[in-house]
Amino acid sequence: MLAGLQEYLYTQFTNLQESLYQALIYKDRYLLILQGLENTILIALFATLIGTCIGVFIAMVKYFAKEKKALRPLEWICNIYVTTIRGTPVLVQLIILSTVIFASVRNNFPVAVVGFGINSGAYVAEIIRAGIAAVDRGQEEAGRSLGLSKLSTMRHIIMPQAVKNILPALGNEFIVLLKETSVAGYLAVHDLTKAAEIIKGNTYNATALFIAALIYLIMVIGMTKVLRIFERRLAKSDNR
Amino acid sequence: MITVSHLEKKFGNNHVLKDLNETIEKGEKVVIVGPSGSGKSTFLRCLNLLEQPTSGEIWFEGQKINDPKCDINRVRQKMGMVFQHFNLFPHLTIQENITLAPVQLKLMSKEEADEKAISLLKRIGLPEKAQAYPAQLSGGQKQRIAIVRALAMNPDLMLFDEPTSALDPEMVGEVLSFMRELAEDGMTMVVVTHEMGFAREVATRVLFMAEGQILEQAPPEEFFAHPKHNRLQDFLARVL
Repeated sequence: MLAGLQEYLYTQFTNLQESLYQALIYKDRYLLILQGLENTILIALFATLIGTCIGVFIAMVKYFAKEKKALRPLEWICNIYVTTIRGTPVLVQLIILSTVIFASVRNNFPVAVVGFGINSGAYVAEIIRAGIAAVDRGQEEAGRSLGLSKLSTMRHIIMPQAVKNILPALGNEFIVLLKETSVAGYLAVHDLTKAAEIIKGNTYNATALFIAALIYLIMVIGMTKVLRIFERRLAKSDNR
Repeated sequence: MITVSHLEKKFGNNHVLKDLNETIEKGEKVVIVGPSGSGKSTFLRCLNLLEQPTSGEIWFEGQKINDPKCDINRVRQKMGMVFQHFNLFPHLTIQENITLAPVQLKLMSKEEADEKAISLLKRIGLPEKAQAYPAQLSGGQKQRIAIVRALAMNPDLMLFDEPTSALDPEMVGEVLSFMRELAEDGMTMVVVTHEMGFAREVATRVLFMAEGQILEQAPPEEFFAHPKHNRLQDFLARVL
């Protein structure tokens, strides 16, 4: 009986060894994984950057539209954008982008970056708007009462304080994006998930998918840790 | 110096200020008292357009300031404001709090502003706090710094919106005595407060507001000794 168990475990172990060998080493398949990982990180990074630019722009439009009526139509367009993007699945947005708007573009990597960037922008806009709104109203009034313009008040008084609310949430957005990019494979982009799927197809074995999942998990846990430390630092500077 | 005519302010259906007419001359110390919700603070905040009047006119130093053509930022440089909750900028040192506006508005060089800040801090006995942050100060210190911050702009008029209402009782004195000093130096002041002692001793004129109107006004001796309106008699009976 004991010998049976031993033999069973042994077979499982050699099987595991064999699957790992097949998924990673044989035909240098780990290179596929690494390249997918690189693309995943790059898409998430660039998309967060694009999203941040869009988000800052929208938040500013909304902020200044309160005083400058000329900005109202632009604010209206921004509202439609945010509502539409947040109200539809990212995958549908991506497929529309790649097959309708950028149908002639062969390389889908930049399309994915732009797609996730546009998607992320709507969420980041809310993050930044909320970050600004969380700064006490009295701060703006104090700045304006000293004769500073709305822009100057934003730059020297509101933003430096809002950034503390915004940065942790922005880091979170990056983490979300890191996982969300796994649907980029639908656009034939070679990301981490796609790489794992290709290997699975070649090895008739799901090990590569577990490896991919593990890599996502490690990245998310790592990023979360870094964010925690960062947040604690920010909190410390509050009660100096 | 400042003239208000037919000033109306509505928040939706809430009629806060009803046809206010008032003139404040240079050198006057006007104290506004009245029950809460009477529109005192709103009136004060209309004077530097932190609240936009619904209708009526506000003239300051010969300029109609609630005119779209008027550069309100320029006007506010000459009107200091002190808030109930101090509204110091928490991310800046005390010295930076004081010098931010004069330097950004190019009224002084950095060196001039620093010098002015230090001399003002010496005046209130807090020169050693120049490099401290607002969170490290007591309420009374914060409010005196807030007054100094407004003074650094060399204003012609100072507005005080319940400057001692958020303070612990033992800190009210230091703020009031600093305000008294300012009054003795000839600063034109409009003060909304519940400190009847201050009104009695410092004011040249006391206004009583209730339900969005100025019901009675008089020099302090007469105001407190011979109130005419029965609303004022009621009010004084309750607060004195």
